[in-house]
Amino acid sequence: MRKTSLDMVYELAKRDPRVVFIGSDLGPDTLKQLKAEFPRQFLMEGVSEANLVTMAAGLAMEGKIPYINTIATFLTRRCFEQIVLDLGLHNTKVRLIASGGGVVYAPLGPTHLAIDDIAILRAIPNMTILAPADADEMRRLMLQTLEVEGPVYIRLGKGGDPIVSRADLPCEIGKAILMREGKDALIVCTGICLQVALAAAGELEKQSISASVLHMHTLKPLDATAVYENTARVPIVVTIEEHTIVGGLGSAVAEIIAEAGFNPAKRFKRLGIPDVFPDQYGSQASLMARYGITAEHLTAAVKELRGKTA
Amino acid sequence: MTTAISPITSDDIVLDRRSKELRKMIVRTIEAGKRGHVGAAFSVVEILRVLYDDVLKFDAQNPRWPERDRCILSKGHGCIALYVLLAEKGFFPEAELWKFCASDGILGGHPEFGKVPGVEASTGSLGHGLSFGVGFALNAKLEGEKHRVFVIVGDGECSEGSIWEAALCAAKHHLSQLTVLVDYNKQQTYGTIAEVQGLEPLKEKWASFGFAVREVNGHDIDELRDALRNVPFDSSKPSVIICHTVKGKGTSLTERNLAWHHKSKVSETEVASLFASLDAE
Repeated sequence: MRKTSLDMVYELAKRDPRVVFIGSDLGPDTLKQLKAEFPRQFLMEGVSEANLVTMAAGLAMEGKIPYINTIATFLTRRCFEQIVLDLGLHNTKVRLIASGGGVVYAPLGPTHLAIDDIAILRAIPNMTILAPADADEMRRLMLQTLEVEGPVYIRLGKGGDPIVSRADLPCEIGKAILMREGKDALIVCTGICLQVALAAAGELEKQSISASVLHMHTLKPLDATAVYENTARVPIVVTIEEHTIVGGLGSAVAEIIAEAGFNPAKRFKRLGIPDVFPDQYGSQASLMARYGITAEHLTAAVKELRGKTA
Repeated sequence: MTTAISPITSDDIVLDRRSKELRKMIVRTIEAGKRGHVGAAFSVVEILRVLYDDVLKFDAQNPRWPERDRCILSKGHGCIALYVLLAEKGFFPEAELWKFCASDGILGGHPEFGKVPGVEASTGSLGHGLSFGVGFALNAKLEGEKHRVFVIVGDGECSEGSIWEAALCAAKHHLSQLTVLVDYNKQQTYGTIAEVQGLEPLKEKWASFGFAVREVNGHDIDELRDALRNVPFDSSKPSVIICHTVKGKGTSLTERNLAWHHKSKVSETEVASLFASLDAE
């Protein structure tokens, strides 16, 4: 997914001279071709995220479209005020490509785990937040980022993630994708959790429980209409995300459901990382398993809520 | 601890009529809003005056004119001095000054881009303006444009790490279009710069970060004019002018008086005293 996103920066830079890539301190061959062919559109500016973000805002105010790439935690927490004021308040056309969203960097420990990025960025007016499910969807969304007004955050997965998105379905920033339809439950997911959601829906089907899967590649602006309409049709809603359950997708969906005042009330559960700092290394898969971000756990959660509605 | 001794004394300047009139406009604005960062505004008056009178290329009727020089007041709390000059130059009607901090006004306690014509970036949180300036100057360099970028930073603001990140970046790109002016009044909210977080040797710091440095008396119109007319000091480096100033310069009430760093609920008596003191100096 990272490779695709950077390949796309090259494609976009080739077709639009306003596109400028800004790295902090990335691998030696990062966007080698862009640097060789369009050196004025390639910058590598060092481990100085606060300056990178505001400098990019300055470039954007002069007409450029900067795409900044570094590790997600450093691109969100370290320079949060710069993002709020210089990207959000100034509504500048800067794109943040965040490597290692979620627990991708599990072996590197909690300093490198981006488990709160969606929560903190969601509170910033003018921000667009994207979390594609795989490289194909990354490509479809990156093509649209040239046109979006204001800042865009693009959350990357590990890379090599199985392709589960579908080219035959419309993919438009701000619009949820209904990946499958069912009458018994709704699973709302984002990013690579689409894999988990589809696997769980398949397993539930074998057990005669039909579940809808609503994929939110755009977390902001959230497609509230799609969440509302699909929630209205089922008694059970479960959200799943590779992110803390505080303030992310689950919280956003809960806000919509609570304000809708459904009668009878929906059975609802958020799956994700609980309100803790992950305490193990291992791998992305092992940390996701530790916190129940798996098809098995999701299947069980739907069945448990179903039991409560009986 | 004592304030670092500078070779340039900043308190031996007698303000001319124009500098006094600008300060009176600042006091009138404070009277209207009943609040403001008085010390910071008084300290930066001559820096802004020389920039807008003698140095900057701008068109007040077309504030986004592409060929204009960009000027960013990174120490946004000194904004009343900027507002007074922008109003005088015709960026917006003087009447806006009398709505300072009012709900129907455009002029707040810190300057906002998009709201105030002539303001290039919203500042107020310290440590942002220089990076904006680096972005503006880098774009000019990449596009071969001739306009220049001036960024006024505070001395207290120089404690922010982002200032030095931006300085490294400006030097790396040889941004000779960029000039930083440090309003070095030697005081911040709590006390002197030296006791809170000393900056000395400041000249050597900027030089070691790749800037061509000059020091001036920041209230001396001729020195400021001479320095600003001669930037860049080195055609391959960004420039910095360390402006030795006095916080609250202009009245015996406010000079080096920490109580006047920021005031809310400014009384009529205090306003009258400021006017009287400006006339008496």
